[in-house]
Amino acid sequence: MRLTTKHLFWLKTVIHLVAIFPIGYLIFLVLTNGAGGDPVQFIIHYTGIGALNTLVVLLMVSPLARKFKQGILIQTRRMLGLYIFAYASLHIMAFVSLDLLFEWSLFLQEVVKRPYIVVGMICYLILIALSITSLKSLKRKMGKRWQQLHNLVYLLALLAPIHFYWSVKSEVIEPSIYILVICFLLLLRLGLSAKLSQSLSWLKLRLNM
Amino acid sequence: MHFHKRPSWDKYKDCDVTPEQVFNDRRRILKQMGFVGASALLSSNANAGIFDLFGDKKDKSQFLRSDLPHTKNTQYDSVLNGVLTPESKVITHNNFYEFGTAKSDPSENAQGFNVEPWKLVVDGLVDNPLTLDYDDLLKLFALEERTHLLRCVEAWSMVIPWVGFPLAALLKKAGVKNKATHVAFETLFEPEQMPGQKSRLMGGGIHYPYVEGLTMAEAMNDLSFLSVGLYGKTLPPQNGAPIRLVVPWKYGFKSIKSIVRIRVTDRQPPTSWNQLASNEYGFYANVNPEVDHPRWSQATERRIGEGGLFSAKRINTQAFNGYGEQVADIYKGMDLKRYF
Repeated sequence: MRLTTKHLFWLKTVIHLVAIFPIGYLIFLVLTNGAGGDPVQFIIHYTGIGALNTLVVLLMVSPLARKFKQGILIQTRRMLGLYIFAYASLHIMAFVSLDLLFEWSLFLQEVVKRPYIVVGMICYLILIALSITSLKSLKRKMGKRWQQLHNLVYLLALLAPIHFYWSVKSEVIEPSIYILVICFLLLLRLGLSAKLSQSLSWLKLRLNM
Repeated sequence: MHFHKRPSWDKYKDCDVTPEQVFNDRRRILKQMGFVGASALLSSNANAGIFDLFGDKKDKSQFLRSDLPHTKNTQYDSVLNGVLTPESKVITHNNFYEFGTAKSDPSENAQGFNVEPWKLVVDGLVDNPLTLDYDDLLKLFALEERTHLLRCVEAWSMVIPWVGFPLAALLKKAGVKNKATHVAFETLFEPEQMPGQKSRLMGGGIHYPYVEGLTMAEAMNDLSFLSVGLYGKTLPPQNGAPIRLVVPWKYGFKSIKSIVRIRVTDRQPPTSWNQLASNEYGFYANVNPEVDHPRWSQATERRIGEGGLFSAKRINTQAFNGYGEQVADIYKGMDLKRYF
């Protein structure tokens, strides 16, 4: 079965709901003391994980579209990307407003001092660039360069889990899982399996096997 | 879903100071739900399955705390630079990886913790090795209340009224031998009671049992305090029941919780965070705004006080957390940048 635009409409509706629900839930948790006595770190972590999870889903889209020959799925990538941007924005806003309490000088110091924040800021700059250029009119104007720019999503995919890994004190298992899953999804994208079998058959020919 | 269900322990609520506690399994539910369908990626410290989302909640009764008779010692109050952190925050925002790495994990996972019977052994280079049981902890020494600053290495801080007795009183009772130079502390190791010791994922990769240490001069300083309570009542498990160390001029991780052994020794004992990352956490771990953590600044701290989310203050961190008058002499001539 080939998915139609009607299916796509419903799929997008579901994505919107699933993406927005955690924000409502977070507000509910904070208001009811469900996020601990001082929920600042909780909120920062929650929104960061939200961005990371959306990124993982985004990276699953094109392998899935290819595998099941449902090209139309590609059209969900823009909204997913914008949700990553939204969660990342909340993540940074929570850090600046709740943790640093708007001490901008401290923010600048910290960005320079903490390597994992430098990595996080690079991620955010990429997200800003990709979000702005996700406008259809700009996409048309940019032509070939649009794709070149948007290939930065792979750099983002590598840096975001590193930012997470680097920020924790000792609990590295969860960020390690993200790194592994994202590496797997990136390797899929490289079409590694296809290339591998190609080069293997080439080898076999050369060796007369 | 039963988000609004009143927990069974609600009847113990202390009308003014203790507002509604964290509903125990919200965070677990949250972890299981995950975000955009990527729940498989989230930490699975879930000893509970996804079905708990729909099933009845387990009945988790709150740990019972009792009133502690004590006198007030206001000798160190001049150091305090802010109002008391409300009890509700002190007991729901904890680093106690034995019960999980998130701040709200300990208060959620520790309520069933058993402190009776308890055994605290004081041994090593002492004349009279001691074994204290639970009642001894509360009755052997006169209890006093002291309000101290607590500065976490993660750059947040609280003001907490502890109840307990000076560590020196216990050490004197045991009789420290002349050649002793250090005191080593050890937390209970009981994976059945402490889920973080059972699962690496939940326990944050620390080698358990958690261990800490002080030099003899530090241990004998009057500021070194063994706490058995806070806010006038026995400690809740998430704060280190039944007995914990309070060394307010050092980062919070030095104040080891749920102690079962105090060993007097003639060498510097290993300490848990130092073992894990010696470039980030030293043996001394004195609060020092001049020496940054390699990954963040220690110059300022977020003070957790009264009020809501936006009420916290960012304040300057002080050398020795403000207790220089009491302890700076111990480190005379030492390069504190090297011995951080």
